[in-house]
Amino acid sequence: MSGGILIIGAGQSGMQIADSLRENGYTEAITMVGDELIPPYQRPPLSKAYLYGDADEESLQFRNEKFYADNNISLVLGDAVVGVEIGTDGGQATTASGRVVEFDRMALAPGSTPRKLDLPGAELDGVLYMRSIADARALKERWGKAENVVVIGGGFIGLEVAAVARKAGKNVTVLEGADRMMARAVCPITSEYFKNMHERRGASVVLNARIAGFTGDSKVTGVEMQDGSVIPADIVMVGIGVLARTEVANLLGLELANGAILVNEFSETSNPRVVAAGDAVMLPNPTGADGLVRLESVQNAVDQAKVAARTLMGEREAYRALPWFWSDQADIKLQIAGLSTGYDQTVVRGNPDEDAFSVLYYRDGRLLAIDCINQVSDFMAARRCLTAGQTIDPIAAADSTVALKTLITA
Amino acid sequence: MPQVTYILPDGTETTLEARDGDSVMETAVKNGIKGIIAECGGACSCATCHVFVDEAFADVVGGPSILEDDMLDGAACDRRETSRLSCQIKMCADFDGLRVEIAPKQV
Repeated sequence: MSGGILIIGAGQSGMQIADSLRENGYTEAITMVGDELIPPYQRPPLSKAYLYGDADEESLQFRNEKFYADNNISLVLGDAVVGVEIGTDGGQATTASGRVVEFDRMALAPGSTPRKLDLPGAELDGVLYMRSIADARALKERWGKAENVVVIGGGFIGLEVAAVARKAGKNVTVLEGADRMMARAVCPITSEYFKNMHERRGASVVLNARIAGFTGDSKVTGVEMQDGSVIPADIVMVGIGVLARTEVANLLGLELANGAILVNEFSETSNPRVVAAGDAVMLPNPTGADGLVRLESVQNAVDQAKVAARTLMGEREAYRALPWFWSDQADIKLQIAGLSTGYDQTVVRGNPDEDAFSVLYYRDGRLLAIDCINQVSDFMAARRCLTAGQTIDPIAAADSTVALKTLITA
Repeated sequence: MPQVTYILPDGTETTLEARDGDSVMETAVKNGIKGIIAECGGACSCATCHVFVDEAFADVVGGPSILEDDMLDGAACDRRETSRLSCQIKMCADFDGLRVEIAPKQV
């Protein structure tokens, strides 16, 4: 078998693995296989700038053609690996189009796919999801004529689309099945703020929503609730989470955890020739706390890919990056640093009524994480603090007249 | 297409043709210029695309927004008078010939 690395997935993480391999001096062949038709691109703007019309498909691409040529990175697009064998001296993969790629090691960065609604009428035209540029095109094609937009799922993606729709003057209803929005990511204080924020901008927000199905013949016309009421809808945007893509991992019989590809802190899977990174992965908590986490974020896609690239080159460097996230909704920038799981205290800094505040999360008096709402200085300070393993006194932090960066202590 | 010149921390210069409307950050990253990291991809959320705009262009390019200004306060490298986040500078004909120095520390 020949040398070289085969990367499955041409998204943010796959791109970063290829880039890091070349930056670190890897000289053998690199082949990246992705099932979409365009070269690796940024997904976050699809629900924001792309929808507003501030970014087009070309501007979203990470690199230009010359970069791939100059760096000898072979892109195989619109194709998928459907067969793979790995032996003691390397492996061989076959794609749907019949291409055969030999490799020394493999990197899995397949990403995720939106969780689908299983309700009557979910197949109607206009019931849409948001992950790929194809999804974003489908939304944009229907956008101009749509008056009524219903968003199912009060998470980052759904709320971002809801905010763009309100700005475009559409009637917007957000249906959330839980008793608060973004419940997995933030505490009730932040959830409550965002509910009010969207309502003030004219959206209707329904918590504990119980959906029965969708009305319409070929095109969706409404969302039917279990109480029999119907909310008119020209577009239904479903954002209820994502599932890890494990097609190739399953072909290889790799160990999974909660439906995602299990890796250790070096991004190694249960097969010694295969690493994995990004949305599809379950990994040891990179903050050093116990347990496994799944991190569906740009930061993780990039930082874990860098660790995977090191491992592929035989340099073992444990993954210890601080997780961080952001979401732009209307004129509000939410930035989160750290993981708040297991917090026993929160401190609010600033005033939610003024659209500028932060929530700090503590456990046993030590800072775990922060939500910053239009408070980028707090975000930058807390990120630096947490990255360095430092903390901020909770009583001092509550005084928003004192800059957070001056309060960092060991 | 407007041209933009990047001065790397080691003093080397690279001049690129920018697509109209692409940011100074995007133009650099797409062409594989090192030193501009852009962790967040241009959302003004990470302050890892910090540049110093050549003083000759400071007026035409203009200053940062309030939000960008706060991000620059937290950037890894001390800011200067003409500091900007390059993801927030969109190239256009008026900026042809722009020169930016890439801040030596981004994270």
